[in-house]
Amino acid sequence: MSDKNPEYDFKWCPGCGDFGVRRALEAAVEQRRVETELPVENNVIVAGIGCSGNMVHLLEGPQPYGLHGIHGRTLPIALGVKMGRPDLNVIVVAGDGDFLSIGNEHIAPQAARNLDVTVVIMDNAVYGLTKGQSSPTTKLDEITSSTPYGKPEVQLNPLALYLTLGVSYIASHVSTKVRDLGAVIADAMNHKGFSIVHVQSPCTTYNNTFQELKGNVRQGIPPLAWDIPDHHDPSDVEAAHDLINQGGVPVGVVYRDTDRPSFQDRIDIINDKSFPRQVEKMIDSYAI
Amino acid sequence: MQKSDFVVRFAGEGGQGMVTSSEGLAQAASNVGYHVQTFVTFPSQIMGGPTMAQARLATTPVLSSGDDIDVLVCFNEEAYQNHRDEVREGGVIIYNSGEFEPDDLANSFGMPFADLAKSTGNARAENMIVLGALAHLVSMSQGILEDFVKERFTRGRANDEQIISSNFEALTLGRQEAEKSGFSLGELAPSIHPEGDQILVNGNEAISLGACAAGLSFYIGYPISPATSILLWMERNLTGNGKFVYQASSEIEAINAIVGAGFGGQKAMTATAGPGLSLMGEGLGLAWMAEVPLVVADIQRGGPSTGLPTKTEQSDLLMAMTPGHGDVSIPIIAPGTVEECFYGAVMAFNWAERYQGPVILLSEHMLSERKQNIAKPDLSKLEVEDRKIYTGSNGYNRYDGWELSPMPLPGHPGSYIANGSEHDGMGDTTHLPERHIQMTERRFSKLKLLEIEGYESRNNDASIALMPWGGSKGPALAAYDLVVDNGVELGWYYTMFLNPLPVDLLEELRHKELVLVPELNYLGQFSGILRSQGVNAASITQYTGLPFKVNELAERIKERLEQEQKVSVTV
Repeated sequence: MSDKNPEYDFKWCPGCGDFGVRRALEAAVEQRRVETELPVENNVIVAGIGCSGNMVHLLEGPQPYGLHGIHGRTLPIALGVKMGRPDLNVIVVAGDGDFLSIGNEHIAPQAARNLDVTVVIMDNAVYGLTKGQSSPTTKLDEITSSTPYGKPEVQLNPLALYLTLGVSYIASHVSTKVRDLGAVIADAMNHKGFSIVHVQSPCTTYNNTFQELKGNVRQGIPPLAWDIPDHHDPSDVEAAHDLINQGGVPVGVVYRDTDRPSFQDRIDIINDKSFPRQVEKMIDSYAI
Repeated sequence: MQKSDFVVRFAGEGGQGMVTSSEGLAQAASNVGYHVQTFVTFPSQIMGGPTMAQARLATTPVLSSGDDIDVLVCFNEEAYQNHRDEVREGGVIIYNSGEFEPDDLANSFGMPFADLAKSTGNARAENMIVLGALAHLVSMSQGILEDFVKERFTRGRANDEQIISSNFEALTLGRQEAEKSGFSLGELAPSIHPEGDQILVNGNEAISLGACAAGLSFYIGYPISPATSILLWMERNLTGNGKFVYQASSEIEAINAIVGAGFGGQKAMTATAGPGLSLMGEGLGLAWMAEVPLVVADIQRGGPSTGLPTKTEQSDLLMAMTPGHGDVSIPIIAPGTVEECFYGAVMAFNWAERYQGPVILLSEHMLSERKQNIAKPDLSKLEVEDRKIYTGSNGYNRYDGWELSPMPLPGHPGSYIANGSEHDGMGDTTHLPERHIQMTERRFSKLKLLEIEGYESRNNDASIALMPWGGSKGPALAAYDLVVDNGVELGWYYTMFLNPLPVDLLEELRHKELVLVPELNYLGQFSGILRSQGVNAASITQYTGLPFKVNELAERIKERLEQEQKVSVTV
């Protein structure tokens, strides 16, 4: 149940990482509202299917528009919203199953186009809503409900994938650092081009990795998440590769290419080259 | 004797200029007021393969591309063997003697297409050699063709003059060859100019123009035969401020992108063929569920799976009605002529905007490639509809109630969630039975907004009627004329609005003893739909990848009527 709609009864499990991501997104949207002085309705949240997609219904405060579509197709929908309405700020929220498994085919084209939308991925390395199946980011040999003898695929490295495909803004984060995550999402929204903020957002029911991410000094477990040092230059693609190759979960902006024109910039160039005709004239060109 | 009707078939290997020849002849003849229609069929490959193109010229409107071939032009021997039997009695075969010599020379004459063209200094003038010969056979003035040549090759280039004069020479050489042969088919009657301005377009051009006239602002499509020409047309023409056109990475991307664009307030469209429509099923379901206006043109080709990419069939109707899972009924407009391709496209957008949901424009290969003269659309008389927009203050229940409600647009007050999951008024997901009942009935109630009255009919009193759909309209109407000219009682019904059907039409059909549906599929898809709506309908099917031939169809109608009435019918 949400405050704004008592009929809506979907609930995340207690402690779900998505709560933190929600707070961060709300903060980023609010920051943008203040900075741009545009109404919150100028934002469109395109949501995937799964626990994370339900974020679009759970956002509190002034409501942006939402489009809660079908499994795996957030990017094609976002492409339509953004290129149909370049004046809008378009944000995709989806999970690792939706975005990296069924939706994987759509990442490369948007990266090649540099579509100006911001993607916030909540990665819990499991299909939560369908109760615990393995996902592309589940570790090799991991036992899940769909891999009772261990997962036979190697774990996908999403950051390496994004960098290889040419995504022009890549950030990696954890759901627990809400304030900093909010700032990174706001920064990603200001990036003119395709930005992905990949957030580790653990599933407390099927794959609770909070401890792993945080580490445990007393038990001698090193944290999986580590802050990207200040000296990292996100505009250096080689440095970004090196950073990803260090493993674990880097926290911060991994890569940022501000030189590439966005898809809209390129379409504007084409429109400048073209000779638009009125419908009447188009019809006349077939006159006999 | 004057001929009022002239059918020419050009057959050969793809790339030899059959399509250019047939379209050139159609253009030249329509320029001086003849009614024309072309037909093209070819294999799915980049170059070569047996291809045929046909052109029919007449002094009255043309219903089909014609079965009785007056002249067959064979560019190679294979074409000669494959098509010679379809030449009517008294017809003439022109063969390319540079390629082969037939055994039987009774009704044919040869000329070396390439050598003659080369002698003009323009090796590309082969089709003008052929057109020159054709003009002689029906005593068509060479001036008609010369005017056409002048128009086509005046392109502001340095060698225009040279190209034009070599083509003139080619026309003359062809004419001389035909003269030498001694063949003549009589004289083509002078054209009777159709009233009003005309344009010469094919079905896909007509759809593209209609979509633009209806206010299309967002097009995205994936290349697929026979819909690709719409994408290419849009890439050239749908540009400028506030317009977007793009080649998608897949049909899945295309359909979901137009859901996004339609949600944003654009009039959005994609065009595809059967395989693409299969992939779009889930996206169409989303548009139905989230109540997003959009148009999908399905230019049908043959067969399931990859099937027959460059052949014609009417076998996507059932899929178009329910392209995805769950309770949906997608509105369908199926144009039957090139002119209806234009108005069907306009109406597809009007319907999408009016009921706020997806509409399928169901065309087919034979229409997509068919060039035909149609009355120039008068844009000032065109009714273009726009969706009802919500313009109130915030806190709006977008999906409130049991009927259509105004749609808010992002960027303005009234934020909601367009949701593909079952939802409540605000668009939030719900599982409550009463909500699912309300929303299901709400979605179906909107179809009522598309129920119109009016349809085409003839001889309404007859207890048995013929009712084709889509591109079978022309051949079926010609066959109908043949049958009733012989004194047979038979009714005729036609509409391009297949779902929902005009209410008064459905009512009338329910009172018929039998409704015969000629259609190009195995299942008898439309008659099945009619039966499910209480009409006693039966199909006359064909699944050759080609359109109906008028004479064959008339024969099959006759046989069916004889079975039905146990009486003898002569055609």
